[in-house]
Amino acid sequence: MNTKLFLYTLHLADNALILAQRNAEWTGHGPVLEQDIAITNISLDLLGQARNFYQYAASLYNGFSDEEKEVVDRYVPRLWKEYNRELQEDDLAFLRDEHQYLNLLITELPKGDWAQSVLRQYFFSAFQVELYQQVQQSELVQLSAIAEKAIKEVQYHLRWSGEWVIRLGDGTEESHSRMVNALGELWMYTGEMFEAAPYELVDVASLKEQWLAKVEKVLREASLEHSKQTWMQNGGKRGRHTEHLGYLLAEMQYLQRAYPNATW
Amino acid sequence: MNLAITKHYYGDYGDKEQAANSNDSPKSEARSVDLPPPGESKGAEWPLWEVFIRSKQGLDHKHVGSLHAADAQMAIENARDVYTRRQEGVSIWVVESKHIHASNPDEAESFYEPANDKVYRHPTFYDLPDEVKHM
Repeated sequence: MNTKLFLYTLHLADNALILAQRNAEWTGHGPVLEQDIAITNISLDLLGQARNFYQYAASLYNGFSDEEKEVVDRYVPRLWKEYNRELQEDDLAFLRDEHQYLNLLITELPKGDWAQSVLRQYFFSAFQVELYQQVQQSELVQLSAIAEKAIKEVQYHLRWSGEWVIRLGDGTEESHSRMVNALGELWMYTGEMFEAAPYELVDVASLKEQWLAKVEKVLREASLEHSKQTWMQNGGKRGRHTEHLGYLLAEMQYLQRAYPNATW
Repeated sequence: MNLAITKHYYGDYGDKEQAANSNDSPKSEARSVDLPPPGESKGAEWPLWEVFIRSKQGLDHKHVGSLHAADAQMAIENARDVYTRRQEGVSIWVVESKHIHASNPDEAESFYEPANDKVYRHPTFYDLPDEVKHM
């Protein structure tokens, strides 16, 4: 149970961290100043959630027995083992290798154009709202507290991204065609959210119906239609990632790997 | 030769079309430029809005600045993100700037200076009872 909780906490943390990193790529490149700030805010919200989860995961690990440490050993950063000190949040965020990350594939895809970024945010936030509600009601005390704090942020992300999906989908010919493209790119990555991994402590499959109802309502309003294909990508939750994650990590982890234990 | 290849670079942010359209310049050069093409500054098409924030219940809304947005809804959301990030507010008003009518600076003399020598308009000639507070 403890080791599952550790992995599940890592999964929640990785989702938030990787999407935060992706959205942060818009910093200084947003379509207009106000939206540049908006998506950077969302990125910072997600980073804050990730920190809470990583801190908790690190404290769980530090309290583990040797047998428990053995079970999750392959998810612990190799480089940290040479440090001879307790595990910390930054070690988990910045020193793990690609296959040790348990985030959903949808969070690591390139940010693409604005349509792709807001649609991805919308799909993810719609899922996160449902998920955090479940976590909040669960008996996982610490996770429930983090979820309770985060859910207000996520509700705003959902509202913000949902309005962009409608605005672009129901906008000009060009904005509509960009949304159609984004939908084509992203739809096959939505299925993974609802396929349970062995360590998952919330029944994600049961969230699918509400998620789909919510998403289809917004897509209708945006004059968009998702594909009927049922084949979905997966693997991220088990550490099998797209080729994009490696590049993201290379940039994100550069400093901690070049200057171990750097702080500022 | 016209090659139609979609190649994702790390950090792509939707400038591929621009690069593709400017066939006369080398692609690598077009990619390195972050500016929108001339005459297509996207923000300029959105109207300007004035933002008013109430910092706490009971106080009035104060003008804090302006921003660009496509409609009132977006203006309120932008104001939330731009002007209330550090707990500045509990309520937001937005007004499209074109609806604000201002006095003319050229008329400042006739507008404001006549009040300068009329000190009796200030409520300073009354004796306030001690019991009255907050005056």
